[in-house]
Amino acid sequence: QKYYHYVHLFLQVEQVRLLDRFSNKSIHGTLYLTATHLIFVESNSNNSILHHHIASVEKLSLTTSGCPLVIQCRNFRVVNFVIQRERDCHDVYSSLLRLLRPVCYDELYAFSYNPKQNDQQREEGWQLIDLGAEFERMGVPCDQWQLTDVNRDYKVCETYPRDLYVPVTASKPIIVGSSKFRSKGRFPVLTYFYQEKKAAVCRCSQPLSGFSARCLEDESMLQAISKANHNSRFLYVMDTRPKLNALANRAAGKGYENEDNYSNIRFQFVGIENIHVMRSSLQKLLEVTGTRSLSMSDYLVGLESSGWLRHIKAVVDAAVFLTRAVTVEGASVLVHCSDGWDRTAQVCALGALLMDPYYRTIKGFMVLIEKDWISFGHKFADRCDQLDGDPKEVSPIFTQFLECVWQLTEQFPQAFEFSEWFLLQIHEHVHSCQYGNFLGNNQRQREELQLRERTHSLWAFLMSEKQNHLNPFYSPAYSEAHPVLEPSTLPYHFKFWRSMYHQFDRSMHPRQSILKTILTLKENSRKAESTLQALESVSTLLHIVIFLSFKLEPTESTDTERTVEGSSGTESRKQSYGELEGTYNSDLVKEEPAVVSLEFGVARMTC
Amino acid sequence: MSAEIMEFAELIKTPRVDGVVLHRPFMPTVEGTLCLTGHHLILSSRQDNTEELWLLHSNIDSIEKRFVGSLGHITVKCKDLRMIQLEITGMEECLNIASSIEALSTLDSVSLMYPFFYRPMFEVIEDGWNSFLPQNAFKDLESMTDEWRLSEVNKDFSLCPSYPPLVAVPKDVDDETLKKVATFRHGGRFPVLSYYHKKNGMVMMRAGQPLTGTNGRRCKEDEKLINATLRPGKRGYIIDTRAINVAQQAKARGGGFELEANYPQWRRIHKAIERYNVLQESLIKLVEACNDQSHSMDRWLSKLEASNWQTNVKEILTTACLAAQCIDREGASVLVHGTEGTDSTLQVTSLAQIILDPGCRTIKGFQSLVEREWLQAGHPFQQRCAQSAFSNSKPRYEAPVFLLFLDCVWQILRQFPCSFEFNESFLVLLFEHAYASQFGTFLGNSAAERARLCLPEKTVSLWSWVNRPQELERLTNPLYEPNSLVIWPSVAPQSLLLWEGVFLRWNRSSKCLDEAYEEMVHIIEYNKELQTKVNSLRRQLAQLETEDPLLHTP
Repeated sequence: QKYYHYVHLFLQVEQVRLLDRFSNKSIHGTLYLTATHLIFVESNSNNSILHHHIASVEKLSLTTSGCPLVIQCRNFRVVNFVIQRERDCHDVYSSLLRLLRPVCYDELYAFSYNPKQNDQQREEGWQLIDLGAEFERMGVPCDQWQLTDVNRDYKVCETYPRDLYVPVTASKPIIVGSSKFRSKGRFPVLTYFYQEKKAAVCRCSQPLSGFSARCLEDESMLQAISKANHNSRFLYVMDTRPKLNALANRAAGKGYENEDNYSNIRFQFVGIENIHVMRSSLQKLLEVTGTRSLSMSDYLVGLESSGWLRHIKAVVDAAVFLTRAVTVEGASVLVHCSDGWDRTAQVCALGALLMDPYYRTIKGFMVLIEKDWISFGHKFADRCDQLDGDPKEVSPIFTQFLECVWQLTEQFPQAFEFSEWFLLQIHEHVHSCQYGNFLGNNQRQREELQLRERTHSLWAFLMSEKQNHLNPFYSPAYSEAHPVLEPSTLPYHFKFWRSMYHQFDRSMHPRQSILKTILTLKENSRKAESTLQALESVSTLLHIVIFLSFKLEPTESTDTERTVEGSSGTESRKQSYGELEGTYNSDLVKEEPAVVSLEFGVARMTC
Repeated sequence: MSAEIMEFAELIKTPRVDGVVLHRPFMPTVEGTLCLTGHHLILSSRQDNTEELWLLHSNIDSIEKRFVGSLGHITVKCKDLRMIQLEITGMEECLNIASSIEALSTLDSVSLMYPFFYRPMFEVIEDGWNSFLPQNAFKDLESMTDEWRLSEVNKDFSLCPSYPPLVAVPKDVDDETLKKVATFRHGGRFPVLSYYHKKNGMVMMRAGQPLTGTNGRRCKEDEKLINATLRPGKRGYIIDTRAINVAQQAKARGGGFELEANYPQWRRIHKAIERYNVLQESLIKLVEACNDQSHSMDRWLSKLEASNWQTNVKEILTTACLAAQCIDREGASVLVHGTEGTDSTLQVTSLAQIILDPGCRTIKGFQSLVEREWLQAGHPFQQRCAQSAFSNSKPRYEAPVFLLFLDCVWQILRQFPCSFEFNESFLVLLFEHAYASQFGTFLGNSAAERARLCLPEKTVSLWSWVNRPQELERLTNPLYEPNSLVIWPSVAPQSLLLWEGVFLRWNRSSKCLDEAYEEMVHIIEYNKELQTKVNSLRRQLAQLETEDPLLHTP
């Protein structure tokens, strides 16, 4: 009920039916449209959908029961409304179309969202993640790597952050020269430093080599990166694209490094497909999984032909390659794709996650996203369709990254501080535009938008409800024993992520959740620990009091009497102790009512 | 007995070889002495810290041998889907060992099986052979209803060779009628009670197909029997586990299905559950897919799909849900049958009980269910489990019918992880013992055969071993909280998973998962311990409070 007290109501439609997309069940309620949300209120619950989450609205032709409206959301929720009067349906439809497509950033929810915080709290929220401190944690700057001010004013590369780390031997002319030879000026810079072997993970975009062009500064740049690592005589260059794509780019004056021109590099393609392939792959996957009464065979065939898990595996394979090169061979690696902000971000971030246990903590994971995705200019605005933009720029690259992380959590249940709820929550807010973190395409744009001044940080919010995102099985000792994760990438280790793609289809999920149960238990244990402490101190106190009372009135009672009385006393008070046991049990047992209706077949009495 | 031991001795050409190297998945290589005994393949390194291998010959599904020079490699493929490699130097030794293993693992005679030689090394607390007597089960039924009686009509197994001596039938139907009905049902399997739903008094029965043939033969007694289970004015459902066309074809071979005209109070629903030989193919393909080490995602998914295993799981589970839905939601009684009534029928009736009856979700209750609905109900374990996924010979009667049932139970367990008293290990254990065991429980194909083999006298029951505190502890689900509700699983393909604990068990390291499980047990136990402490302290405090005069003075 809380929403419509203070927001402007655009529309209110009574007698709307909300259909479950997999069964024939439906609920009746009222639909409200506000400036930011679509709200469906039913007798005992309400559902609200942020306009920013809506990917598409479709009005189907009138049926006898009303006019169907299908809403597809970016968090994979699909809502089917049936509105009684066509006219109402049309009103909702056209209003939504108007509200759905913000044309400028100022219209985004983040600029009006107000979590009742003062400026200081907001400022603190933004200060939670400090990338300078993060590079320091890695051991940078050091004798081989330094902070360069070459991009202080976004002059050399406008999609990079201001602060960049390069080899000490890379002079400004080398940097500038190299940047001119790279797509969008994205020259090789440090993204992760593996201190143990002094090996570096660097990232950049493709070289503008065409069929034969060379650039001495770029060659020197790679040479400098290679030389900064004394443990290895060569530098790996990972082109994360399929070879065919890289070849095709040569015709456009771009391409990949020629091993003959660069001394001591080992060049490697790893074959991750481009944003267009990924977009249509997800679309196919969702088409399959959205089918009603889906057969097992169609599901598995669809899973295969969508190629989705193949792509996920390709990203993990690349990250494993990167990790081995760095941690086992001690070699530095330069990772790039075309522009160096999609596949490169996936591989660098996932690789770092495998190498460094810090990134597997809640705070560390935020830092990782801030570094490899936000600061290095993954185009969140374009990829997540924040403004009404080019549909060809939209692609689930970041979703894939989150899924790769989830696949790893399945193989290593004790290695991550966070549970899948954390990943789902991040995914939710990458698309919600409720917080400033993911708005825009790069740091420069974010500064222009004055996000730090005008919006709130998601990280502060997630940190404040950290309890909800913990993985109860997390073991820091495990991470100490296994700092580097070595996942198997055999195909059967990759599973369909039901909790993501069917997040809102409750009937598909287990009725009882182990995660939820264990979290509750841990919370109960925490409470019991403090109760125990309190009781113990009370007990000590009481003993003292009783001891004193003995001294004062020794004739009042004797020890033998005490024992006898005690046992009957226990009996009479038993009821009230039961409380704690009671709550503990009821928490567990009836988490979810077990009765769910499903269509198992035709079982209606008609004969 | 000594004659039998002689027989083994003849089969063992080389009883021991030194310097044999053993490779097992995700375990360190062991070098040691290989010994063959009448029932075991043993590899021992005689070092304290390495694990030995004790493998039952009956667990061996097939072996392969190849030579590189004089070094022989034997691959032993087990019925529990494990694959192990033995490296033996010397061609003759290797050939001898291989042919001995082959002979010992394919013994035909039941009486030579290990359970007849096995002597328990543990104290039997409760003899499992007496744990689940039909009389006791019937006592529970009697406490709920008086509409049923225990009939001894099959006491000498003459009416129906695959039924137990005691069966529950409607009270108003006499033994003479049963005899007539038996002639009208496949294998003499006349309709008997499988489950009584206490909540609404509806029942589930099972039978063999009616022998209507092409002429549409009918049997008044059969109609009378099943109608006797209906309440006045109520109707029931017949769930035929075959597709309609398959049921039609069965007529030509003398079988068939209940015609509407003769059973007007019943509505027939056909569901397509595959027959046993098709299921065996499915298992072989699935296991092959799981052992394919190629790195192609497309290949894995297409092989998984082509195996049809998950489809079978979904179909069986869906049919069981349908049966449960008819009983609990529609308030109707149900008769389930396929052709013989010994395979798909039992999958459906037993799974429906897991869904409906909380009692079946306890460890003892599940044992009782396996005893009633599988062993006593005449599932031919010995035939079905003679070979598993690696068999080279053409399957005759082999089929993973019971394994599919366990898989379906695992699916429900995954969806209701707090509603079962047992854990996954219990299901895996039953799978292993159904295929190869030191216990007599799964020997034979029917109650009649088990009686003839005198199993209770000559062998140890699996339940005797399982129902001891130390075993029970290992098999108990730490998350269990009794849930008295009906549990409806989701049968959407997205909700059904590949049972990794069986099919990928030997292909992946389970170390991380096992450690996480341990951690879970630890969290639960720590919590219990704390709650106990808190409660006892509260109690003590209250004692002090009530006793202490000072605290009572106003």
